[in-house]
Amino acid sequence: MRLDYTERQQRFRQEVRQWLEQNVPKQPLQSFDTAEGFAEHREWERKLYSGRWSAVTWPKEVGGRGCDLIEWLIFEEEYWRAGAPLRVNQNGVFLLAPTLMEYGTEDQKQRFLSRMASGEDVWAQGWSEPGAGSDMAAIRSKAVRQSGPDGDYYVINGQKTWSTRAVWADWLFGLFRTDPESVRHHGLTFILLPLNLPGITIRPVRQLNGQTGFAEIFFDDVKVPASNRLADEGAGWQVAMATAGFERGLMLRSPGRFQQTAKALVELYLRHQAKADADPSVRDAVLQSWMGAEAYTLATYRTACRLAKGGQIGAEASTNKIFWSELDLLMHETAMRILGARAELMPHAPDAGDIGHWLDGFLFAQAGPIYAGTNEIQRNIIAERMLGLPRS
Amino acid sequence: MDFTFEEQQVAFRDAVRKFLMVEAAPEMLREIWETESGRSKDLRAKLADQGLTALSVPEEFGGIGLGDLDWVLINQELGYYAIPDSLSDTAYLGAWLLTRLSGDAALKKAWLPRIASGKARIAIGHPVNPFVSDAQLADLLLLWHDDEVHAVSREQVKLSFNPSIEMSRRLYKVDWTPAEATRICPARAGRELWEGVLNRAALACAAQLLGLAQRMLDLGIDHAAQRKQFGKPIGSFQAVKHQLADVAVKIEFAKPVVFRAAQSLATGNPDAAVHVSHAKLAAGEAAWLSARKSMQAHGAMGYTWEADLQMFMKRAWALDAAWGDRAFHKTRVAQFLFGAGAALGPGETFT
Repeated sequence: MRLDYTERQQRFRQEVRQWLEQNVPKQPLQSFDTAEGFAEHREWERKLYSGRWSAVTWPKEVGGRGCDLIEWLIFEEEYWRAGAPLRVNQNGVFLLAPTLMEYGTEDQKQRFLSRMASGEDVWAQGWSEPGAGSDMAAIRSKAVRQSGPDGDYYVINGQKTWSTRAVWADWLFGLFRTDPESVRHHGLTFILLPLNLPGITIRPVRQLNGQTGFAEIFFDDVKVPASNRLADEGAGWQVAMATAGFERGLMLRSPGRFQQTAKALVELYLRHQAKADADPSVRDAVLQSWMGAEAYTLATYRTACRLAKGGQIGAEASTNKIFWSELDLLMHETAMRILGARAELMPHAPDAGDIGHWLDGFLFAQAGPIYAGTNEIQRNIIAERMLGLPRS
Repeated sequence: MDFTFEEQQVAFRDAVRKFLMVEAAPEMLREIWETESGRSKDLRAKLADQGLTALSVPEEFGGIGLGDLDWVLINQELGYYAIPDSLSDTAYLGAWLLTRLSGDAALKKAWLPRIASGKARIAIGHPVNPFVSDAQLADLLLLWHDDEVHAVSREQVKLSFNPSIEMSRRLYKVDWTPAEATRICPARAGRELWEGVLNRAALACAAQLLGLAQRMLDLGIDHAAQRKQFGKPIGSFQAVKHQLADVAVKIEFAKPVVFRAAQSLATGNPDAAVHVSHAKLAAGEAAWLSARKSMQAHGAMGYTWEADLQMFMKRAWALDAAWGDRAFHKTRVAQFLFGAGAALGPGETFT
């Protein structure tokens, strides 16, 4: 066991830090759930790409740096330390890309990866449907294969919902039922499609913070070339599970994010200590928050090292998702308690000062136990696949 | 960066695990519980045969010369099997303290080979603990007095037994009079040694608590998979599943904290004390949650003497406050976290 960085890793950290110091916008960007903010964030992705920082774990040929997971963690730590903008193309770069690299054809990789890395194509997810939330295998949106003069295509009908970034995104990846006779997780196919095709209607959904972070998508005889299918017809569930594994497992929430929040929380507490200590449980919550962020960091490094030695992420990916989502809630609830009667102020309120980001974070933290598979579903996965308890 | 154990460390751990699985079945632990001493000479001899008493005694004194990282894995197993023996006190803490005494070659020569061969038991008295475990069986007591280290024989102390709900160790109040003749290390050097002992002892507890947490979870899973109500195993109900899943999450995120603390002690990291305290807190919370949830999964069986759960549960309850209770360890973490100059934030975990 060695828990220190090699010289090469230290040099890499310095390189990242320097680039970010020179390039991170001095003024925070507007929220990417507004039209202007989305454009600003896309521009930021382009800048990252120009420095080859937008997808550091990808191979060099497709715009990455071929970084290993430790270097990825270092990059993320520096990214959060620098207060750089949120990644508008996270769905693509971190979630779809690993799946695309594993299951995609050469042609698909050529078509999609570098445009994804540069922010030219921003991706949205298409999993949930009105009748298929936690029960994703209940997907009903149909994709019927037909032949045409230019080759086979799918005709898609149905509805997706809670589709993150879909209001302004360019492309969508998701699961569709290609075998009308099939049930549950059989007969589903993973399809990639541009969101500007005829027959697509996007209806923005206003979220808790008043902005449109996700959307409903309606498909009315939408024609998609069969070459946009990822992996085999009917293999969609398996492919999607690989994506879901990455999402829960490692790449969705890197520890840098929580370390940054924990640090800010400690500073907030110390600034307001005299008042905060009037409720003795606050100090303990701050301690627990920092220890939680530290534990999450240690666990992620440990997983990364095990993967480097040929290990696999299995059902323990579900323990990650529960841990970080509950930690994020704890940290933001604690900040709200410290801020007391001022905590409710909107970030633009004249007397809000610089505390508004806590309210933003608090609202977003509410979603953590729900998205990427509810924590109840994660607990089922842990119980059945990790602990071996009988299925319900 | 390599957050994994060496193959040999894992292989040794696996060998110990197999040995304990056979030699320390719950029925045997119950028999040992019922004896007056709470200890088995036979078990101690077998532990010595496995090389466990020699683990961190230097090679020149007949030991194997291993350290904190090896012990953290072994202590997890000692926890998992709730081994009723003061092995860690003697062969980890006692050996560590004696090895680091400067200038007392005779004492080292007298005791370290006997520790290695399993012929000596050491008890350790530190003010963070109101009582001394297994003082009645100790061939030598190493006792704190104003940061000095004193080596005292059992004949030189007066012991009063304090029965505990946790029967796999025996607690004694120790009355004794420090003397020039018993002092083996002055306060100035002793302070650092006692800090080293305390950190290793707290880490040993943390590792055992992790093992205990896992064992209680396993017992809960077994029971929930077997026991049927409403025509189904109760483990198929989500209300039961989710409670046990929460325990698994706690354990999964306590483990790396405990392992990092061991590595920090092994490498002399200046923040080792904070890492140990975090480890003790994380493992203690995991073990207490596991006790609570496993008992709930056991139903009324969990409240009986008959169910094995009690042996692990009681040990977990006790070890949580041994070598520093939660207040003690939280204070140490808070002093770091809220003190001046703490390096916090992304990228600071390993620097």
